[in-house]
Amino acid sequence: MKKFSRVFTVLVFLFLYIPMIVLAVASFNTGTDMAAFKGFTLSRYAELFRDRSLLALLGNSVIISILASLIATVLGTMAAVGLHNARGRLKSAVMTLTNIPMTNPDIVTGVSLALLFAFTGSVLKIKSILGFWTLLIAHITFNLPYVILSVLPKLTQMDPDLEDAALDLGCTPSQAFFKVILHDIMPGVISGFMMAFTMSLDDFVISYFVTGSSFITLPVEIYNYTKKPIHPKIYALFTLMFLTILVLMVVMNLLQGKDAERKLRKRGVRA
Amino acid sequence: MKSKRLLAPYVAWMTVFTLIPLGVVVYYAFTDSLTGQFTLANLNNLGAYLPIFLRSIFLSLISAAICLLIGYPVAYTIANTSPKWQRMLSMLVMLPMCMSFLLRTLAWVAMLEDTGIINSLVTALGLKPLPLIRNNGSVILGMVYNYLPYMITPLYTVIMKIDPRLIEAAQDLGCNHRQVFTRVILPLSVPGIISGVTMVFVPAVSTFYISQKLGSTGTTMIGDVIESQFKTAYNPNLGAALSLVMMILIFICIGFMNRFTDNDEEGVVTP
Repeated sequence: MKKFSRVFTVLVFLFLYIPMIVLAVASFNTGTDMAAFKGFTLSRYAELFRDRSLLALLGNSVIISILASLIATVLGTMAAVGLHNARGRLKSAVMTLTNIPMTNPDIVTGVSLALLFAFTGSVLKIKSILGFWTLLIAHITFNLPYVILSVLPKLTQMDPDLEDAALDLGCTPSQAFFKVILHDIMPGVISGFMMAFTMSLDDFVISYFVTGSSFITLPVEIYNYTKKPIHPKIYALFTLMFLTILVLMVVMNLLQGKDAERKLRKRGVRA
Repeated sequence: MKSKRLLAPYVAWMTVFTLIPLGVVVYYAFTDSLTGQFTLANLNNLGAYLPIFLRSIFLSLISAAICLLIGYPVAYTIANTSPKWQRMLSMLVMLPMCMSFLLRTLAWVAMLEDTGIINSLVTALGLKPLPLIRNNGSVILGMVYNYLPYMITPLYTVIMKIDPRLIEAAQDLGCNHRQVFTRVILPLSVPGIISGVTMVFVPAVSTFYISQKLGSTGTTMIGDVIESQFKTAYNPNLGAALSLVMMILIFICIGFMNRFTDNDEEGVVTP
């Protein structure tokens, strides 16, 4: 039974990773058809690095993701601290507000923001309102709940006496926040930021509805590419991004593992 | 007082960019696309889309059920490995989600198409090519593949937290393996099942692109229709009416599913 479930799990992981393998193999293909391997070449990678416009699109994606996740992290952490101290009706109302973008499908979020921008554009008589700013606003909006939901548990776990102790020892409320509370909830803040960043970097559905031709990100342009025969240098880019994220995640995982072990030793083994 | 000041920017942001856009959707759904006057025509036209709505719900429910059947054993296996493996495997489950879903779907097209990877293996064996693509099955496969991580992650989180002493107690009291599973483990994983099914169903029912690439004209989903109203047919008012109905439908479904759990807090598991 145990053996069977292990084999099954391995097969499911294989299922999850087969498309990555197909795309990675396609990036070394001399032919342009993903389904037929003609011969081995590295020239797709050379073509990728010569393609300034493709790299510029990647740059756009990275700029939007960093800006949106930074702003969302600051706003979201503030809100999480406020939410942690709030009680009763206010708290449940704000939690409901936070859950709206989480339960709404991406397409509804995208469409509703697109309509808001279109409406604002027609009121203010701005012809092409869709672009960098609308994209940034949309990304901040869908990132915020991720930050809040990853910071809030850390605040709940925190020892409530910590803040009082800091205040007793002569900290001003803002010193108590920056020196004590923020330090304690930092892992949650960082993981919220990372989650927001990855969601932003790969977002296609919402971006597709809220951006115009003046500012395009990589996933949106990939959608435009997929309507015609796709150039294999895209597969090369995908493979490189996949490897980068894989390495980053494995390293983060090992660091987290060390951190968890250290904490376990410090507190005495509880498990 | 302090908490209100910290919450204010967040609440203001979410009101302007989450609540008001939903109001704008309602406004567009009830106005004419040319004159901007109040009309019920958009909603009256929805009857024509009923078959597409029903098909979307049907295909998404089947996908969610398959995800549950595949995801449960995997989540259970992961939850029973050492903490080190748990961290690594749960990360590997989520990793594909960080990569472009457009390209991963295209990789499936390359595998399934009539002259694709699987069929060239089949014909090499001297058999006739199989009809693997452009049917309901391939659309379900695409959705299961894309949303399976959303099922495994909440299931794993819930199964991992089951107190091993409860299982030992059940064994001491004379339960066999099967009874331990059906009477202890399965009832305790209900919150994970509910949130997993919700997290697969919501994006699946609203998906576009998957059915465009893996399906045929007979498998058009409601997300595809909404997308076309905004991007090619330029009737945002009809698109808004369709989004509104889909949103209400999803809220009903979520409300219905949440009735199976008495504890709302645990039901909300985020990726």
